Amino acid sequence: MSAEMILSDWTSKLAEYLQFPFVRNAIIVGVLIALCSSLLGVTLVLKRFSFIGDGLSHVAFGAMSVATVLNLSNNMYLVLPATVICAVILLAAGRRAKLRGDAAIAMVSVSALALGYLIMNLFTSSSNLAGDVCSTLFGSTLILTLSDSEVILCIAVSLIVVVLFILFYNKIFAVTFDEDFASTAGTNARAYNVIIAVIIATIIVLAMNLVGSLLISALVIFPALSAMRVFKSFLKVTICSAVLSVICTLAGMLISILAGTPVGSTIVCADIVMYAVFAVVGRLAAKE
Amino acid sequence: MSAILTCSNLTLGYENITLATDVSFEIGEGEYWCITGENGTGKTTLMKTILGLTKPLAGSVKWSDEAVKSGVGYLPQQTAVQRDFPASVTEVVLSGCQGRMGFRPFYNAQEKERAALNMERMGISDLSRRCYRELSGGQQQRVLLARALCATGKVLVLDEPVASLDPKVTEEMYELISSLNREDGITIIMVTHDPDAPARFATNELRFGQEVTCSCQLK
Repeated sequence: MSAEMILSDWTSKLAEYLQFPFVRNAIIVGVLIALCSSLLGVTLVLKRFSFIGDGLSHVAFGAMSVATVLNLSNNMYLVLPATVICAVILLAAGRRAKLRGDAAIAMVSVSALALGYLIMNLFTSSSNLAGDVCSTLFGSTLILTLSDSEVILCIAVSLIVVVLFILFYNKIFAVTFDEDFASTAGTNARAYNVIIAVIIATIIVLAMNLVGSLLISALVIFPALSAMRVFKSFLKVTICSAVLSVICTLAGMLISILAGTPVGSTIVCADIVMYAVFAVVGRLAAKE
Repeated sequence: MSAILTCSNLTLGYENITLATDVSFEIGEGEYWCITGENGTGKTTLMKTILGLTKPLAGSVKWSDEAVKSGVGYLPQQTAVQRDFPASVTEVVLSGCQGRMGFRPFYNAQEKERAALNMERMGISDLSRRCYRELSGGQQQRVLLARALCATGKVLVLDEPVASLDPKVTEEMYELISSLNREDGITIIMVTHDPDAPARFATNELRFGQEVTCSCQLK
């Protein structure tokens, strides 16, 4: 087959897939999640909380197993509050906590993962336990099975996250850059840390649908890290990482539809390629 | 001269360690105070206490109404986070205006002008678009000083402003601080390790020692 034929084959295949409403839903949700998850990347990387995504998503996994066992009508009612509470404890505990930073995240994350799997194993009636666990961890096909109400919920939550981020943008910058100065200037740094924690927990619960809980950190930090290689102001880095995140997720999803690869890992691969490109561009720009 | 800050019978420390007891002093408007002493004697804790970042174990800290109204400018030491923070000079200086915003989400024209003015004052206008982390130590201190000036018109609290600066830049920094004190009447409270600083610049010194804490008039 010539390159032209492959291309036209792909285009027709893509057009065919896009006629299915669940594919369109998946793409809308994917793009929104990508946008939200990139927003707080810079803050989390700089606060040395790069692994918070992993930690919290494992908490969400644990909560999800409990919700499954309890047969709740909508898992979100348990998963979201549990994750938010853990996020607040981890991020807002402050400098006095006995266990903090990476140690606390690691501990919470493995405990939740272990307990979640244990509970699922002991109580579930599902015949395909390994498959269920695998799709929670790697995302796989979850996003293609979203119901209309889940899509609407996802759109609403994403919009709220974006609006909150824009409203608190300057304060988030101030608190991340210099917490002590922010406090002396009359900003309630503690309150903003809690707000950051709540936003990030919400994003992670949303993003679990897309890439699963093992790959979530990529979605949160990769765009920010790539943008930081090239841009020098907080505003530019934030905008660039949002754009990058949307592009990579879109590319990853389309490729995975066409090539039949797992969604989550394909998106992360797109992120890796983008990071490599930006690292090279950053190098070249520094030399000039 | 009216007092801008009154501390009475402070006990400083944290958890179950007491660093200093019965610290009382009164800082007048327009004065230049140096807080000196060995490491671990309580000078940083005192600074954090007067800034309201930590609570005193006993005693009270009282700022004058005027100081509360104008705000307190704080020049902290550099943190590890800032070393790789992607932020432009303008963004950092503008964040000094955050106390004026209240619940308004964005900076207004007046605050942007205030930031530009303070950058001008510190001689860093030409750096405004540069990345903070790529500046030299002295330039970074000027940026943080401009930010502190955005937060106040009355009083600056400086935490070892010349630590890790080379001698020439140190002199420039001291000169800058003195001129703010002299020409703009800004009250200076400076924590320092430099044994010569009090005699050269300050009007008063608060010295922390192993046993006694004394405050003395220098000029």
